[in-house]
Amino acid sequence: MQVLFKTRYEDDIRFLAKTGEKVRVGLVVAFLLAAPLFLQTYYLGELGLLLVYAIAGIGLMILTGHTGQVSFGHAAFLGIGAYCHSILMSHGVPFTVSVVVTMTLSGLVGMALGRSASKMHGFYLAIATLAFLMLVETLLGEWESVTNGYAGFAVPGLKIFGISLGKAWQQYYVDLFFTLLVVWGASNLFRTPVGRSFLAVRDSELSARSLGVNVEWVKIQSFGISAAITGLAGILLAHHLSYLAPDVFGVLESLKLMLMIVVGGLGSILGAIFGAILISLLPVALSFLKDYLPASIGQQAGLEPLLFGLIIVLFIVFEPQGIYGRWMKIRFFFETFPYYRKSSFVRQKSYLKTERMR
Amino acid sequence: MLSFNDVVHLAITGLAQGCAYGLIALGFVLIYKATEVVNFAHGEFMMLGAFTVLAWSEAMGGSFWPAFVLGCLTVGVVGYLIDAQIMRRIIGQSAASIFILTVAFGFIFRSLAGMIWGWNTLSLNTPFDGQLALGANLVVNMDRVAIVGATVILCAVLYLFFSRTRYGIAMQAASQNQLAAYYMGIPVKRLVSITWAIGAMIAAAAGALMAPITQIDTTIGFLGIKALAGAIVGGFGSIPGALLGCLLIGVIEPFADYLVPEIKGVSPYIVMLIVLFVRPEGLVPQTFQKKV
Repeated sequence: MQVLFKTRYEDDIRFLAKTGEKVRVGLVVAFLLAAPLFLQTYYLGELGLLLVYAIAGIGLMILTGHTGQVSFGHAAFLGIGAYCHSILMSHGVPFTVSVVVTMTLSGLVGMALGRSASKMHGFYLAIATLAFLMLVETLLGEWESVTNGYAGFAVPGLKIFGISLGKAWQQYYVDLFFTLLVVWGASNLFRTPVGRSFLAVRDSELSARSLGVNVEWVKIQSFGISAAITGLAGILLAHHLSYLAPDVFGVLESLKLMLMIVVGGLGSILGAIFGAILISLLPVALSFLKDYLPASIGQQAGLEPLLFGLIIVLFIVFEPQGIYGRWMKIRFFFETFPYYRKSSFVRQKSYLKTERMR
Repeated sequence: MLSFNDVVHLAITGLAQGCAYGLIALGFVLIYKATEVVNFAHGEFMMLGAFTVLAWSEAMGGSFWPAFVLGCLTVGVVGYLIDAQIMRRIIGQSAASIFILTVAFGFIFRSLAGMIWGWNTLSLNTPFDGQLALGANLVVNMDRVAIVGATVILCAVLYLFFSRTRYGIAMQAASQNQLAAYYMGIPVKRLVSITWAIGAMIAAAAGALMAPITQIDTTIGFLGIKALAGAIVGGFGSIPGALLGCLLIGVIEPFADYLVPEIKGVSPYIVMLIVLFVRPEGLVPQTFQKKV
C-alpha cells in the first residue's frame, strides 16, 4: 500500500499525486499522441470521434454527474454547436472566432434553459429538457432559410488560421487538443469554489442553501458550462459528420450521451471517458458478435438496441457506480493487496427518498 | 377558416386522443405515487398491450373481448415482474439512473416486440367499427366513442378500488408514507408490484383501444411521452390533474396541427414547457416546499 508523504505545499494541489496515476496518464497521453503513426485512417477517424464523444460526455457529466441535474436534451446543444459553427464557417468567419461565438451562444442558451430549469427538480427537469430537445430539432428542421432543413447542410472544411486541415491525422490532433484542454479544465473546475458548489448542490440542495450557496445561480452556471462544452463537442462532431441533418441530433443521440455517463460512472470525469470508449467499441463488438451468432439471432433488426438496453439494465442493477466504480475496486484490490475484502465496497442500504415533500 | 362541423370534429378527435393519453398517464401517476419512479417505458406497455391482444385474438380465432382481457393480464404480469425482479433492487439510487433504466426497458420491449411480431404495421379487428350519428351531417367513429367510454369506466373502477377496497386504501397509505405503512403491517413491496401491474394493465387497455386509430407497430409507444407531457401539464401526483392535463393536450393537438402545420407533433411539448415555466408544479399542484 502506497503512503503519500507530502513534503511541500505544492503537493497538496498537485493533479496526479501518486506515481501510478502519473504513469497511467502519461501512457494514455503518449498513446494518443502517437496514434496517427500506427493507426489506419479509418480507425484514426473512429478514435477522433471517441474523443469528441468524451468531450460531450464530460459536458453532460458536469451537469448530471456533478450537479445532479438530469438532462435528456443535451443532443440539442450538440446540434446548436454543430449548426452554428457550420453556418458561421460557411459565411467565411475564421475557425477560432467561430468556436468562441458558438460556445458562447451554446452556453447562453444553456443558461437560459438553466434559468427556467432552476425552479424544477427531478423528472420535471428531465422531461422539460426532453421537450426542449424536440423543439430545437423541429426548429433546425423547419428554419430552412438558414439550416437548409431536412435536406441537410454541408459542413465547410476544417481550416485554422488559413491552413486547411482536411487530412484525418490533422483533424485527429485538433480533436485531441480540445479533449486534453477540456479534461484539464474540467478537473480544475472541481477545485474552484464554483465547482465545489456544484457538488454541494448535487449532494443536498437544502444544506447547500443553508451554507450560503445560491442554488439557482449554481444551476444556471452549471447549465451554461455544460452547454458550452457540449457545444464544443458539436463543433468537432460537425467536422466528422461533414453533412448535418436535424434528426442526427434527436432523442437517440441524447440517450446515447446519457447512457455513456451512467454506464461510465456518474460523478467522475474518468467515467465519461470510459463511457465514450464503451459507446465507440460497442458497435464494433456487435459486428464481430454477429458473425458468430446463428443467423436467426444475428440478423435480427432489433439486436443492437436490445443489447444496448440489456447492458444499461445490467450495469444499473449490478454495478450502479458504472465502469468507474469497477475500476476503483480493481485498483483498490491491487493497492491494498492482500487486504481487500468484499465488504470494502459494500453498498449501503438505501430507502426511498421522496421528492414530493421537498 | 374552420367551420362549426370542423371544430366539433377536431374537438371529438382531440377528446378521444386526450382520453387515450389520460389512460396512459393514469399508469404513470399511479406508479409515481407508489414508488416515485417515473416509468419512461410506460408507452411501451401500451405497445405490448396492443401486440398481446392481437396475438391472443389470433390464437383464439378473432374474438376480441377474451383476447382483450387475457392481453391486459399478460402485460400486467410483465409489469408485476419488472417491479418485483428489477425496480425493487434499485430503490434509493440517483434519479438519473432510474430514468435511464426505464428508458432502457423501453428499448428492450421495442426490440423484443419487433423480433416477435415483426416491424411491419399490423391492424387489430375490434367490435367498434361503426359510426355514430350525432346530428344532421356529423358522424363520429365508434372507436373514438369507445375510448372515451372506456376512460370513464376505468376511472370509476379505479376510484372505487382506491376508496372502497382494503387493498386500495392500503395502497394509498403506502403511497403517503412507506415506512409508517410497513409498521402497520401493510405488505408494501407486494402492493408496489401490484400497482405496477395495474398501471401496465391500464396502458395495455389503452393500447388495444387505440389500435384501430393508430394501427399497431413498435413505435406507438412514443405516445407515452405525450401522455407524460399531459400529466405534467395537469400536475403529476394527482390523478384528476393528470387526466385534466391530458384532455387539454389532446384537444389542443389536432387544432394546433391543423392551424400551424409546421409544429405538427410537438404542440404538446410547447404547451408543457409553457406550463412548466409559468407554474412549475402543474395546474393542480401536489408538492410542498419544505421549510428549514
